[in-house]
Amino acid sequence: MNAKVPMRMRDKVLLRVASKVFIPLILLFALYVQFHGDFGPGGGFQAGVIFSAGFVLFGLIFGLDALRQVLPLSIVERGVALGLLLYGGVGLACLLRGGRFLDYAVLDHHNAVHGQHLGILLIELGVGLTVAASMLAIFYAMAGRGRA
Amino acid sequence: MWIEILLFVLLLITAVTIAALNDLFAAAMLSGIFSLLCASLFTLMDAVDVAFTEAAVGAGISTVLMLGALALTGSREYQQPTRLGPFVVVFLTGAMLIYGTLDMPAYGDPQAPIHHHVADRYIADQSEKFDLPNIVTAVLASYRGFDTLGETAVIFTAAVGVMALLLGRRRRREEPQEDSPSEGNEGDPR
Repeated sequence: MNAKVPMRMRDKVLLRVASKVFIPLILLFALYVQFHGDFGPGGGFQAGVIFSAGFVLFGLIFGLDALRQVLPLSIVERGVALGLLLYGGVGLACLLRGGRFLDYAVLDHHNAVHGQHLGILLIELGVGLTVAASMLAIFYAMAGRGRA
Repeated sequence: MWIEILLFVLLLITAVTIAALNDLFAAAMLSGIFSLLCASLFTLMDAVDVAFTEAAVGAGISTVLMLGALALTGSREYQQPTRLGPFVVVFLTGAMLIYGTLDMPAYGDPQAPIHHHVADRYIADQSEKFDLPNIVTAVLASYRGFDTLGETAVIFTAAVGVMALLLGRRRRREEPQEDSPSEGNEGDPR
């Protein structure tokens, strides 16, 4: 981020090794928070932030260019919109199946509880996607601008 | 009990230090610590979902974004003469807020009105309608689906706004690395 630091962070062995150990764990924990939100604390919002934090850590240590190779900005941009579309799409699907907007019970005609579970899973996924992509988009924008 | 008092004292020390510091880098790091202390307090109050959000957003990502903003602008506050007016306003506001809490029901009082508006129905319907162990998720995602949709739209708007402001010129070039924000984007303070 800052071009004036004398030694780049990726050259420091401790940071490099520690981040490589931690990043997979952070991403895995984010997925756990995402899909375990029905049963414990957490949900799409927290999971999205944690997921993006894994990538932000990678970007801080290895630089923005390396992060862009791992995860191009075009994918992040699509993720921002896709999550919200998924959320709205679930609402529309409820309308099309004869219910009210975001009334997930109609998503499964045989079992309203299963419909609720499906709806909550999908909209949490949408929230997580939009939050993760938005945090990364803001990070890309801010980190990319200081180096011109 | 003692751990709450300890956390509140630490919170107060952190807040005063943030206000007193001129070094914005240290202030950004301290605001992360402030969020972490808040998250600990929320956990002690059994609001684990809120604590989780505070720890992830306040202590994690917003500190990073704050540091990113400092890298773009500058990490020292301009010296300003100490003025009494803002301090008095903040002190009076805080005093009024504390005065307001005196009329509120005791913390954790099961008879408090806030626990009997819609919460009774949520808890009663929970097992047959949702069958989820975490009622917070059922409330946020289903009962308040519109709210959560709106919140997601707010985050979407924030991301689009930041991208439009800071990445606006990228589309006209092939290679993002050669992008130089020279024309028309001279809004930086430094």
